[in-house]
Amino acid sequence: MSNVALELKNITKTFGSVIANKNVNLVLEKGEILSLLGENGSGKTTLMNMISGIYYPDEGEIYIDGKLTHITSPQDAFNYKIGMIHQHFKLVDVFSAADNILLGEKMPTYSIRENAKKLLETLPQESLIKEVKKGEKVSKTLDFKVLGDYALTYLKICALPFIKLGKFVQFDFLANNRAKKLQEVADKYGFEIDLNKKIYDMSVSEKQTVEIIKVLYRGAEILILDEPTAVLTPQEIKKLFDVLRKMREGGKSIIIITHKLNEVMEISDKVTILRKGEYIGTVETKDTSEKELTEMMVGKKIDLKIERTITDFDKPLLEIRNLSINGDDGSSKIEDVSFYIRGGEILGVAGIAGCGQKELCEAIAGLRKIENGAICHKGDSIVGLPAKAIIDKGISMSFIPEDRLGMGLAPNFSITDNMMLKTYNDNKGPFVDRKTARKNAEALIKKLEIVTPSTETPVRRLSGGNVQKVLVGREIEAGPNVIITAYPVRGLDINSSYAIYNILNEQKSKGTGILFIGEDLDVMLALCDKIMVLCHGKNMGIVHAGKVTKEQLGLMMTGSLDLTEVNAEKNYGIAKDSHLTEEQWEEEKEKTEGKGENEDE
Amino acid sequence: MVQLLQSAIRFSAVFLFGCTGEILTEKSGHLNLGIPGIMCGGTAGGCLGVALYMASLSDPSKPDYFALVMIGILMAFLFASILGGIYALLTVSLKCNQNITGLALTTFGTGFAQFIMDNFVERGNFSVASTYIAQGFPFAQKLGWFGDIFFSHGILVYLAIIIALVVSFFLKRSKIGLGLRAVGENPGAADAVGIKVDKYKYISILVGSGIAGLGGFFYVMDYAQGMYDSYATIEAFGWLAIALVIFTLWRPNLAIIGSIVFGILYVLPYFVGGDSSTRSALIKLIPYVVTVLVLLVISITGSKKAQPPSALGLTYFREER
Repeated sequence: MSNVALELKNITKTFGSVIANKNVNLVLEKGEILSLLGENGSGKTTLMNMISGIYYPDEGEIYIDGKLTHITSPQDAFNYKIGMIHQHFKLVDVFSAADNILLGEKMPTYSIRENAKKLLETLPQESLIKEVKKGEKVSKTLDFKVLGDYALTYLKICALPFIKLGKFVQFDFLANNRAKKLQEVADKYGFEIDLNKKIYDMSVSEKQTVEIIKVLYRGAEILILDEPTAVLTPQEIKKLFDVLRKMREGGKSIIIITHKLNEVMEISDKVTILRKGEYIGTVETKDTSEKELTEMMVGKKIDLKIERTITDFDKPLLEIRNLSINGDDGSSKIEDVSFYIRGGEILGVAGIAGCGQKELCEAIAGLRKIENGAICHKGDSIVGLPAKAIIDKGISMSFIPEDRLGMGLAPNFSITDNMMLKTYNDNKGPFVDRKTARKNAEALIKKLEIVTPSTETPVRRLSGGNVQKVLVGREIEAGPNVIITAYPVRGLDINSSYAIYNILNEQKSKGTGILFIGEDLDVMLALCDKIMVLCHGKNMGIVHAGKVTKEQLGLMMTGSLDLTEVNAEKNYGIAKDSHLTEEQWEEEKEKTEGKGENEDE
Repeated sequence: MVQLLQSAIRFSAVFLFGCTGEILTEKSGHLNLGIPGIMCGGTAGGCLGVALYMASLSDPSKPDYFALVMIGILMAFLFASILGGIYALLTVSLKCNQNITGLALTTFGTGFAQFIMDNFVERGNFSVASTYIAQGFPFAQKLGWFGDIFFSHGILVYLAIIIALVVSFFLKRSKIGLGLRAVGENPGAADAVGIKVDKYKYISILVGSGIAGLGGFFYVMDYAQGMYDSYATIEAFGWLAIALVIFTLWRPNLAIIGSIVFGILYVLPYFVGGDSSTRSALIKLIPYVVTVLVLLVISITGSKKAQPPSALGLTYFREER
């Protein structure tokens, strides 16, 4: 018996004029974890979608357990025991976890014909008429026992449709205790999750767990995970990897897509690399290094070091004091946070996902009302100003949400139209100036190497990383004096990430103040001048990036180390050369107390 | 008072059929604005069936109750389903805009119904047929006012309530119902677990339209005692049925109560209005006002439980990002 679970041969897929995959080969053995590595838009997700039945390849062959197969629909994929956990979870928000797991479950086949055949075989072989010897005479009589057997068998056959109906009703009925039954399944695999919880109440990690339980429940042998770690905290990633290893021991085959090389090295047995839709090669993880993988992925050697541009600091540009913000559900998201950004400085914000970063961004951009505190730009309060006025002051915000498309861009608009979104009002006259916008779009495409058929392609048709480049690029093109950028490199490949770091450094040397909300501590330590750590909305302290270690930051992120308590005499986040005097600050704070909100959200 | 409740409950069946049908359709993610047209189509089909059946009898004054009701129901269901089928073909397979298709279907359905009713339906025996279809339980009179309110109605009223309860149970407690709701909430998710999205959509639109069609048939044959002058009345009920879907938060079991409330509001002018047309017109406004208020409350509270299916009105392409 061959040990190969899945084999792809010369798979090609095109979308219009864009070649997503070209002659890709891939071999997945049973009980191994394979990493699929490639830059943004290198066709990893497209390839996996072909295995899971979302797309159908234009050319090439797919073998499962050595047999040539055609996967034309997700249902087919399930029949071949392939389960995919998509990057964007395919879950129904208003359903409970249990219902999502049960969804689409097929009744075990119950064939009336097969069962009837079986019953017919049990028919007695003896003749219905039996000969009875009574002395000399031989009389023929009906054998009632045999007749009874016949009758019973045919009766059973007649009942089969009703049995089938009964089984169907029994299968179709959703019992009230369905979650409890599934919970046993979840516990068996060691997942800690409440299956009665609705999806919309769940964290990203919980949703992912539901997806994994779902495919396991349906008996998947081959699991495909599309960037599972992109949205998880380090602790959650560790948990996920433990689960994956447990599944590997159980003989399941796993394909994992990720950008993070350290994860590739940690979890996988083999790595397959794609570059711009083409198959580059497959290597054993133990025989390779991060450097070699990077080279295979990007095709040329790149400098892994991020330059920290040294600039002269200006006076504080943006000052924030004692800021408190509530979340959508009314719970406190940011508590009493103070910090300031100078011109020519990058202030990093580190913290586990969901610690108030989003709320902080929105509050500064004027999209969310604040509870308390003051936000001043060059000494003028911007609390309560409409978003447009804040943009005009030169404060630019780019937030890359988990789904990448959620904020800042109109998915159905072309790159040109999206470029105009913020500036359409600037030129005189009633008409928009598409010419300049198109020129800007073309320049941006060239500068950031955005892969797109044209400037007029709707951005939703671009790959995730390219969409992001458009957003970050546009924000920086606007020439702001304060840039707030959250997760600008989320999901981006190395080349694009560096392009963005370079742009930020360029802006910094021009004297722009930058608030950089990031995930990767190594990057932040190299790029930022100072780092503020948030933990559940509280400021854990602001440190110089050159004087702190990664471990220290990790401790602060998890709340084990609170510098504001350790060095209580130090006033974290209060600039000594502030634009305003202490009295003026108090005044500003009082003014915003209780109001300070911009109603047109 | 008894009379008011009696006619309100009887009248509610018109809304209940339409509303249940529309809920079933909307749960698959399709906002069918063709319901008014479909209800007219159902009327035409049912009336055509009844007329043909009556014409085939040697003694039209004594039709067979069972045959009469069955033919009427089946024909109404069939005609409405055919109209629903047009909508399904256009919106599911050909991915047309649902709102425009629905509105076009309403225009088409009303005209189609008028055409059938004027040219092919011999209405001479309708009052006889109506007395049969509208007859209540024989023991109703013995129970006094209680019997009048609950047992004096024609079979179709009870059918409407039974269908609503069955649909409610189906949506809530069956795996196929769960699948259908998933199709309306997130077709991508449903597709990914192997649910045949288009099949679910077709079946729910066809069955939903058929159920809605019974509403129009019921109105002419039961409530209006065989009288029919134009499609306009039935079309108006169709719009109210769509409003009722929102009013009852997409739940067929609530729709039973909701339709009775609408029924009361609709018949109220005839009991209190006297000859003041202003007052009766104002009372007739109430259902719409109430619907708008319910929408407002849903929007303000933002309760996740009372939202329309999230993919309502959206066309599903599998290869779309």
